[in-house]
Amino acid sequence: MTVGAATIGRRSPMSAAATSLGGALRSVLAFVVVVALIAIAWEAAKWVAGVPWRDFLGAPIDPPHNPPFRISQLNDINLPHTWQIVGAFFEPATRRSEFSLGAVLIDAAIFTWRGAAIGFALGAVVGLLLAIAFVHSRLLERALVPYVIASQTVPIIALAPMVVLWVGRDWPSVAIISAYLTFFPVTIAGIRGLSSPDPRALELMRSYAAGWREVLWKVRLPAALPYLFTALKISATASIVGAIVAEAPTGIQGGLGRAIIQFNQQYTSGPEKLWATVIVCAALGIAFFVLVRVAELVVLRNRERTVDA
Amino acid sequence: MTDRQPVVTVAGVDKTFRTGEATTHALSGIDLAIGGGEFVSLIGPSGCGKSTLLRLMGDLTQPSAGSVTINGKPAARARRDRDYGMVFQAPVLFDWRSIQANVELPLEILGLPAEARRERARRMLELVELSDFGGHHPWQLSGGMQQRAAIARALTLEPKLLLMDEPFGALDEMTRERMNDELLRVWERTGTTVVFVTHSIPEAVFLSSRVVVMSARPGRITDVIEIDLPRPRTEATRELERYFELITAVREALRAGHGPAATAREATPAEGEP
Repeated sequence: MTVGAATIGRRSPMSAAATSLGGALRSVLAFVVVVALIAIAWEAAKWVAGVPWRDFLGAPIDPPHNPPFRISQLNDINLPHTWQIVGAFFEPATRRSEFSLGAVLIDAAIFTWRGAAIGFALGAVVGLLLAIAFVHSRLLERALVPYVIASQTVPIIALAPMVVLWVGRDWPSVAIISAYLTFFPVTIAGIRGLSSPDPRALELMRSYAAGWREVLWKVRLPAALPYLFTALKISATASIVGAIVAEAPTGIQGGLGRAIIQFNQQYTSGPEKLWATVIVCAALGIAFFVLVRVAELVVLRNRERTVDA
Repeated sequence: MTDRQPVVTVAGVDKTFRTGEATTHALSGIDLAIGGGEFVSLIGPSGCGKSTLLRLMGDLTQPSAGSVTINGKPAARARRDRDYGMVFQAPVLFDWRSIQANVELPLEILGLPAEARRERARRMLELVELSDFGGHHPWQLSGGMQQRAAIARALTLEPKLLLMDEPFGALDEMTRERMNDELLRVWERTGTTVVFVTHSIPEAVFLSSRVVVMSARPGRITDVIEIDLPRPRTEATRELERYFELITAVREALRAGHGPAATAREATPAEGEP
């Protein structure tokens, strides 16, 4: 609702687009810098208090560098060298495998993402429908919201095996468990967003003799969009976590959850493989988040920017 | 300005609000008839129920007793027939719609085809001199321009009645006077009946054909003052001696409604109105 005074042409759509492009570049740059800083801190710690370095970025060091201190947590099993983790992507996934670890993990990420994305969409739709029902019926809201909240206190670890038992050992189970984690933020933000219009906006619609569908479609939903996108960004990462957690303990093959279990068992012989898997999991979550954020920028491009969530 | 069949008839209206234990008597014994083409202002202190009276006319709230008739129909029926346009103190424009699309909104709900909508909205924007801003979004416009867009939106259904709830209350004095001039121009061109709630005595006198003076607790009509200033009203109207006399008359009527102490003090000076 634009209530305050604004000056004419204070910000043209063009300059707004330029600002958001500049903002995106700055975010990417900041992200790269932070990753680089973490890598440097990681290696610096190992240099000072790790185990002897026999090579640096693959090039042999002779004589080996002997760190002046020893902290057992910084040995090559607990914290492998960053280049070993990066290098692991290009080596075979297992001794007998014809595929590189990178290819295997990308396959696994696509599998996991499929379940997560379908679950995310399902959860978003269910979450929004619940919010719409709650905004229109105080009775439903009072009766059901406690259960919606209670649903999120049940550990997903306990629930996942049951869902797999009912639905089967494949991606539909993953999608359902993802949806279970996704719908909640959407419902809560949806209730808030759908009730966010100025009461006068609703009176205005009443004065046009508009029905509840028109009020929903032309006022409540557009007003709720910024709230919904904030929730969807939370849900995007939650859906990935949900998918991985659904795969891991239930033996669903082909996804990142399975890869985590497998490389966890092989940790002492190849710690860099689990680390590589963790990086892929994080990257998948970030990629999904960014996808939703881009959709948000496109959908809300004509809104006045107040706060960026 | 001609007194044909009344557009608004309020008969014996009472309105009480119940908030928990307390009951507020917002309006008591309201009788008011407004003729076609009239410009009537409702003025009074905060809490006198002037906004409530306006909302009753729009069927945005219902009377506890009595009846409200618009164009010879019950208010609820008139609302469903979209017989009136409403303008609030805030423009209440939708951020996600361009100014043009905001003005088209009532027509969308009416179910008018896109081409007719565009044409009508364009004409309304012309009327309030916002033709060049149809493609802008609300937050790119000044407060005064936003309020003009809200007026255009209220007029697109070509209602016989325009209900305005302190529409210029949030604007600075200069902008407000300019908006007053513009509103009168629009009113003269459209022939719409206007009911206008305001806090400002000069604004009420400048705009109206009649000023309805109200007092609080319970809200009731204490005086109705005819404004016999010549039309069209312009900058020069604000310099007329009669203009100041009428401002004084409204001010005194407001004070008289405030209670016996005030009435006793104000009883002696000569007044234009009985």
